[in-house]
Amino acid sequence: MHVPDGFIDAPTSAVTAVVAAGALAVSLRGARRELDERTAPLAGLVAAFIFAVQMLNFPVAAGTSGHLLGGALAAILVGPFTGVLCVSVVLLMQGVLFADGGLTALGVNITDMAITTTVVSYAVFRALLAVLPRKRRSVTVASFVAALVSVPAAAVVFTLLYAVGGTTDVSLGKVATAMIGVHVLIGVGEAVITALTVSAVIAVRPDLVHGARGLRQRLKLRVDGVLVDAPAPVAARTPAAARTSRRTLWATGLVTSLVLAGFVSFYASANPDGLEKVAHDQGIDRKAEKHAAADSPLADYGVRNVSNARLSGGLAGVIGVGVTVVAGSAVFWALRRRRPEDVSPVDTGL
Amino acid sequence: MGAGHAHRLYRHGHSPVHGLPPHTKLAAAFLFVVVVVSTPREAMWAFAGYAVLLAAVAAHARVPAAFLLRRLLIEVPFVAFAVLMPFVAEGERVHALGLSLSVNGLWGAWNVLAKGTLGVAASVLLAATTELRELLLGLQRLRLPPLLVQIASFMIRYGDVITDEMRRMRIARESRGFEARGVRHWGVLAKSAGALFIRSYERGERVHLAMVSRGYAGSMPVIDEVTASGAQWRHALTLPCAALVVCLLGWIL
Repeated sequence: MHVPDGFIDAPTSAVTAVVAAGALAVSLRGARRELDERTAPLAGLVAAFIFAVQMLNFPVAAGTSGHLLGGALAAILVGPFTGVLCVSVVLLMQGVLFADGGLTALGVNITDMAITTTVVSYAVFRALLAVLPRKRRSVTVASFVAALVSVPAAAVVFTLLYAVGGTTDVSLGKVATAMIGVHVLIGVGEAVITALTVSAVIAVRPDLVHGARGLRQRLKLRVDGVLVDAPAPVAARTPAAARTSRRTLWATGLVTSLVLAGFVSFYASANPDGLEKVAHDQGIDRKAEKHAAADSPLADYGVRNVSNARLSGGLAGVIGVGVTVVAGSAVFWALRRRRPEDVSPVDTGL
Repeated sequence: MGAGHAHRLYRHGHSPVHGLPPHTKLAAAFLFVVVVVSTPREAMWAFAGYAVLLAAVAAHARVPAAFLLRRLLIEVPFVAFAVLMPFVAEGERVHALGLSLSVNGLWGAWNVLAKGTLGVAASVLLAATTELRELLLGLQRLRLPPLLVQIASFMIRYGDVITDEMRRMRIARESRGFEARGVRHWGVLAKSAGALFIRSYERGERVHLAMVSRGYAGSMPVIDEVTASGAQWRHALTLPCAALVVCLLGWIL
């Protein structure tokens, strides 16, 4: 599934590269919270493990074999942030060193194979664990479903990217059917192996499985023949991630997206995108009703009453980024409010 | 670890291309691929021009053509995919050799094949002329976050160790008469993967302790700072600049 150069057009690749860079910045911070200063050696070794396990072939039927993609496995074993980081590093090294996946398609590959699989599988995993009883078997079941969902999810994201920036007019229906059909099959294999691997690790070192931290038993002491809870160990305060650069990060991200939206969109293809084109060729759009928002001042990515097409497109891009940033920040702040309770040092898992 | 510390794609040499600072080479390769990707697919001669440029670099770096061509084989899965395109794409169709092929699909297949092959060739040349450690130093110079570079360097450094551990486990399985034939044997392979994870993780903890006992405090010391002079930058950027000229000609003509 490594996308080569030239498969997805340049503007889409640039946008996915920005998405990938943002996600990597977030995961670097998150990984420092998951692993503190052990991040570099541990994440490096886990990345080496993912790299090796991708070479482990599983015989499927006579003659054919598959291999693990590892996104779900990484997320469940070491946590979502470290997982994104490890799979991305593997993809980066495969691209730069082994010419597997194009240099310009790195953003596409990371968005598709590192971010989507890890985030989707971890969300599904957490949601299932919240519902299922707190037992070891639940962890296995949850990792099965998480891995099963993650692979077709990556195929869906690939199809979406292809719809936005694909360079060939293969009808979307065909791409979607082929990609999702094949990847549901791959997903079943991935799910079985991930679940078996997670249960094998839980059997030996349950403390290493990030996703099973909630299952850890409290230490009990027998005092005068009665079992009592041991006093909670005084956890060393983890060094807070560097805060100084947050403002720089924000400013850089904002400026980049404004530049991309306002300036680069001038040069993006003026042709209708693949989906619109397929719709046009098939005559679907003749019957399509006007979109409900067609009268809005930003309809069709242009600002009304601004006649210069380039200026109008650029302005619409800038306004769009502004709205997205405000909405995103609102969600972020709403989530942040609840953060302090979660990170009590005793029970980091749930 | 007995195989030396160079990766398999590296080809030792002392050519002018080998001698360039790594970050200039990385930037040049990346810009070249960007230029190639943004060339219109109808300008077929432009791609021939890019191929000639890459061949010139390969000759300059004294990388033999056979070596380069053998490395290009990594692209084979996508060639298979590209061959399918003319059959499934939409639009008007032409008939050749008794087959009905889509014009759009043919262009698409050509587009992916040409750009993909040039991209792979550029990466292979980069990897063949740059040592691993240099490559990582170059990435750090290009402002990749230091933590990410550290993770990548640990992955590269221990990749062979972990792969060898996997190989030893395979030999252990096979010497006990195990042979994976189908789905029924997945359990055994998955247990191996689990064991491999535990071994990797515990090795990571040991490596961390060893680093702490040698004074590691979160960042690696930079011993050999790589710098590039203006002349070296100009030398490296000749490739993307020449490609840009070809690309502009492709847009105009």
